[in-house]
Amino acid sequence: MADSNNSLGAFEIKDCALVAIATGERAQNLRELRDKLQTVAAGSIYYHFWARLLRPRFDTPQYINDFATWSHYSLHDQILAERLAIIDPTAFESLEVLRQELVDIIEQRLDEIELAPWTKADSQFHFVRSQIVVFDTQMKLESPEDLVDVIPNLSLGSIYYHFIDARRRTEGSKDDFHAWLSAFGPAYADLCHRLGTVDPYFVSLSELRHQLAMLFTTYFGRVPV
Amino acid sequence: MRSIKDYAPIVGVDVIDHLRQLARPLEGLKVVHVNSTRVGGGVAEILHKLVPLKAELGIDARWEVIRGEEAFFSCTKNFHNGLQGIPVAMTDSLLTAYEQTNERNAEELRPILEEADIVFIHDPQPLLLLKWCPNRRGKWIWRCHIDLSRPFRPVWKYLRPFVVQYDASIFSLADFAQPLPHVQYLIPPSIDPLSDKNRDLSPDDVAGVYSRFGIDPERPVMLQISRFDRFKDPTGVVRAYRLVKQFIPTVQLVLAGGTATDDPEGAMVLAEVQAEAEGDGDAHILLLPPDADITVNALQRAANIVLQKSIREGFGLTVTEALWKGKPVIGGNVGGIRLQVIDHHTGFLVSSPEGAALRTRYLLQHPEEAFQMGRKARDLVRENFLITRHLREYLSLMVSAVYGDEERIELEMYGGSAASGLVS
Repeated sequence: MADSNNSLGAFEIKDCALVAIATGERAQNLRELRDKLQTVAAGSIYYHFWARLLRPRFDTPQYINDFATWSHYSLHDQILAERLAIIDPTAFESLEVLRQELVDIIEQRLDEIELAPWTKADSQFHFVRSQIVVFDTQMKLESPEDLVDVIPNLSLGSIYYHFIDARRRTEGSKDDFHAWLSAFGPAYADLCHRLGTVDPYFVSLSELRHQLAMLFTTYFGRVPV
Repeated sequence: MRSIKDYAPIVGVDVIDHLRQLARPLEGLKVVHVNSTRVGGGVAEILHKLVPLKAELGIDARWEVIRGEEAFFSCTKNFHNGLQGIPVAMTDSLLTAYEQTNERNAEELRPILEEADIVFIHDPQPLLLLKWCPNRRGKWIWRCHIDLSRPFRPVWKYLRPFVVQYDASIFSLADFAQPLPHVQYLIPPSIDPLSDKNRDLSPDDVAGVYSRFGIDPERPVMLQISRFDRFKDPTGVVRAYRLVKQFIPTVQLVLAGGTATDDPEGAMVLAEVQAEAEGDGDAHILLLPPDADITVNALQRAANIVLQKSIREGFGLTVTEALWKGKPVIGGNVGGIRLQVIDHHTGFLVSSPEGAALRTRYLLQHPEEAFQMGRKARDLVRENFLITRHLREYLSLMVSAVYGDEERIELEMYGGSAASGLVS
């Protein structure tokens, strides 16, 4: 899919929806979490870091990923929660590397404490994975400047697809806008650089949409029509 | 008849466009929902709204209701209790009634069910229809609305062999998922913001419930809306109210609920609650008819504090309804209530009548904080628990059911609609 947006053609706007699926895998203590993390599908690790953006949530969560949240609220291990929360998944080249980082942090914590923290049966960690359903909106951008007008009205599903999901599909783990603009050569190198400074991990999708809209508005020096 | 575009002022035009695009590959798909009651309870409420919306999006959607006698509903009520962890008796005579009722309904529904592309079977009541539809062509999906996290094993042992024959299951929370050999989708339910139960009401409509039920509008009101079901712990609510009244003598209690045709225990539980509250003129136990949606709406808006002190809860749509009306909810720390009552933000999670009483007293003493919680509560529901989100997830699931269990489904890869491509 990414190929349609990384050559000098029009930028095709896609939209997406996630389908959450229980894996049936669960953990009741930290050792079980470590063991399950080693074998669970990579898509489940992706879900627990990123899918929070497209599922029920409340305000700005205290911790950014589900592993940190569970460590805090269910295991009551504040140190572990903080170590897991600081992980930025965009800094890892693949989900397998991210998986190993999680396992390393948990193993270090298990070495530090005498008893593996545990929780009640009704507070277990449930591993979930997701399917992504992608569909064509029939919208196309002919020129990069069109981004000024389109981004503010883009659905959150489109923002997720082009800015978050893209990192799993594109060479160098870039967002789709970056990939498209790069195809124009050095003309938009500065804009690409600015896009690279947008951190998608600590904001909601609506906040991310607003940041992108402001970025394109500022760069092209005009307001949306 | 309500149209899908009527939701745009609440959720935004982009959400509606999103639904239309997602539904495009599903046009013409024959979809059947089956449950056991057309009135009463959250499942019937959701189907009343979802099925017409699916039809408007071009899906050939219909809703069928199985019929049964007293022994059948006694058996399925036992299933309901057992699946939520209560030890129950399963006599041969009740199981026979259950199986024969499913077989009899299958005789009637077989042509529709076997021709359908996707069949959604809601809860255990119609579960065995699959057994009597051997020539089914579509995907059959079991939608479990109840808290299956720790079932009474003999009940689950009986039902599981039927569940595993389905192509997929749907649960409201990951906590309810069970080891099963098929895909288990996760979809929380929803409320309809435009329904009589949830739409905005005039001040006169709200004030009307005070005089109608003898409630003093000048004094605080604690409210629980729910069916008279032991899992909703109505007697625990009465006890919480008594504890509050020791400190705030002016407080009033309204415990209001209806009955569902598939719930034979309701009258018994109602009698227990009436006995518990007997002799207290400030405790109003109201049995409401199934069409009392506006009354429920007005009561929720009139209340100062809304409780849902369940000890098991599949989801708790009455919680969603109250949150949508800007009321903080004091809810049992179980099941789907945890997904909605964000402790200290949209209400309080409690585990006992004492906890419910303590939090009620706190909110009555801090009305400004209750107001702020209510604002957050409404935002939470708008973003997550309205019917448009529910419909989107059903559409996504149907796409998934049609195109397979791949991690990524790109719809432009497939030509035409899905209706012709599903025959297994």
